Amino acid sequence: MNRTVLLSAAAAAALLTACGSDPAPEQYGANPNLPEQERGLVPSMKIADPAPWGDQRPVVPQGYTITAIATGLGIPRQTLVLANGDILVAEGRGGGAPPLRPKDLIAGVIKAKGTTSVKSGNRLTLLRDANGDGVYEGRTVFAENLNAPYGLALVNGQLYVANQDALVRFAYADGQTRASGPPVKVTDLPSQINHHWTKSLAASPDGRFLYVGIGSNSNITERGMAAEVDRAMIWQIDAATGAHRPFATGIRNPTALAIQPGTGRLWAVVNERDELGPNLVPDYLTSVRDGGFYGWPFSYWGQHVDTRAQPQDAAKVASAIRPDYSLGPHVAALGVAFSSPVMGARFADGVFVGEHGSWNRSKPSGYKVVFVPFRGGRPAGQPIDFVTGFRGSDGKTRGRPVGVTVDPRGALIVADDLSNTIWRIAPPRQAPVAEAPSRAGAPVPEGDHPSATPY
Amino acid sequence: MATQAERRPHRPIHPLQAFLTAGALPLFVGGLLSDLAYSSNYQIQWINFAAWLIAGAMVFTGFALLGALIGLVRARPRRGWPLLSFLLLLVVFVLGLINSFVHARDAFGTMPQGLILSVIVTVLAIAIVWIGFSSLRVGATK
Repeated sequence: MNRTVLLSAAAAAALLTACGSDPAPEQYGANPNLPEQERGLVPSMKIADPAPWGDQRPVVPQGYTITAIATGLGIPRQTLVLANGDILVAEGRGGGAPPLRPKDLIAGVIKAKGTTSVKSGNRLTLLRDANGDGVYEGRTVFAENLNAPYGLALVNGQLYVANQDALVRFAYADGQTRASGPPVKVTDLPSQINHHWTKSLAASPDGRFLYVGIGSNSNITERGMAAEVDRAMIWQIDAATGAHRPFATGIRNPTALAIQPGTGRLWAVVNERDELGPNLVPDYLTSVRDGGFYGWPFSYWGQHVDTRAQPQDAAKVASAIRPDYSLGPHVAALGVAFSSPVMGARFADGVFVGEHGSWNRSKPSGYKVVFVPFRGGRPAGQPIDFVTGFRGSDGKTRGRPVGVTVDPRGALIVADDLSNTIWRIAPPRQAPVAEAPSRAGAPVPEGDHPSATPY
Repeated sequence: MATQAERRPHRPIHPLQAFLTAGALPLFVGGLLSDLAYSSNYQIQWINFAAWLIAGAMVFTGFALLGALIGLVRARPRRGWPLLSFLLLLVVFVLGLINSFVHARDAFGTMPQGLILSVIVTVLAIAIVWIGFSSLRVGATK
């Protein structure tokens, strides 16, 4: 399954890496094998050792092609395909929580080695492929001076952008290449400390509600429970008034949201807690239940108690929902998008998940885009590698996937925040389908894919 | 050891070594008290205090250990207080380092090991100061 040979990178972290074995049981699906909690003195770490792509490219399934449609961006995170085929890219780096303990100083220096050092873009870049040949010759800055924009959604002529501190909107007309003015604030979002700063976003198909994923302010309450007010939850925001209510809670870091075509149900990929060993806790993909509590901080994967969170709350533990589908521990899922038949028969029904990759296990996990097949609207079967090769056989890391978006014209768009690239993966040309040269003739996927909002 | 000191009075503790050894003690004590506070009331700031206090104590302990090593190398014969202080400081340094790593865990993951280690290193730090500063008295009454 793993075509990438994962060799050890000679990072400074090597000194700190415990020699513990990561047997890596296959922990995918509805019933992952959850081992005992491990608490070594120093957590196993393997920090990405960045290298340029050069002539290399990510590896895609046979017959599929991958091209870099934009490079040199200011840390691209999430993308949005607009109705006319234009692609919006949210660029930026947020966070900056102050170090609280001696550990934070040390960990901050080590972890920074595995990420890009370019300046935060704090903008939206628009990419245009006017003639539909897969080459994005047009590139403009759609909006700038935003505050670490991340989640994007377009509904009812409004382009919503989830900055790290507020949900804002721009009026958007088809074909626009630049925002007509500064954004209008819909509502403030919790932003104190902002340990997990990314604000993921999805819009209900009717445009009445917006869903914003707000990550916890800590790994496991080490900044105190007071810092966790309005954190680790998904807000449902009334688009008209900006009023919000918690839609789901205890959901540690919901880094990407998507509305399932057809059912209109909200799904999320969620990053779970660290420092319980290399094989705990699995990051997950789940449908999100209204009013549901997903365990954080008191327990994980249902009723597996985490005693690090004190005082415990037995009633909360009892009410914790088991997520739908384990993606495996520490893969750091940061993107999710529902597929459609334009992606080819094998990848027609399911979701693509962008996995940024681990830093805290000695055998890296993630660093790829996987496809989780669905049957009857539910995940069914093992994840299939869709894009790999972000970690080379030489142990170098050339890219780290974040947001994934399905272009209804027949492509997967992947944002890579290490090489600051947007990748486009296109399925083999289906001979009978005449390729329409004009944008208006773009093939429409089955089902009512809300107008270019896979989020 | 005290008997040995009485039998053959040795040089009193060097002022710099006294400063380093005694400097670590209140920080270890503070770390222990903070651990006690956190383990009883779960207020997170106490465990942050403990982590910094122990880190500070480790800086003093590290230099004191270096000083004790130099003292041991220069001592003739290499036993008595120079050897004892070096060994005790070495144990405090190793346990203190482990304690620092335990205090790098998140929230209540520090407990109960953090509290246990803090008790041990604090008791040992008191012992080092007690024995080391006894030499001052021996020297003065020579």
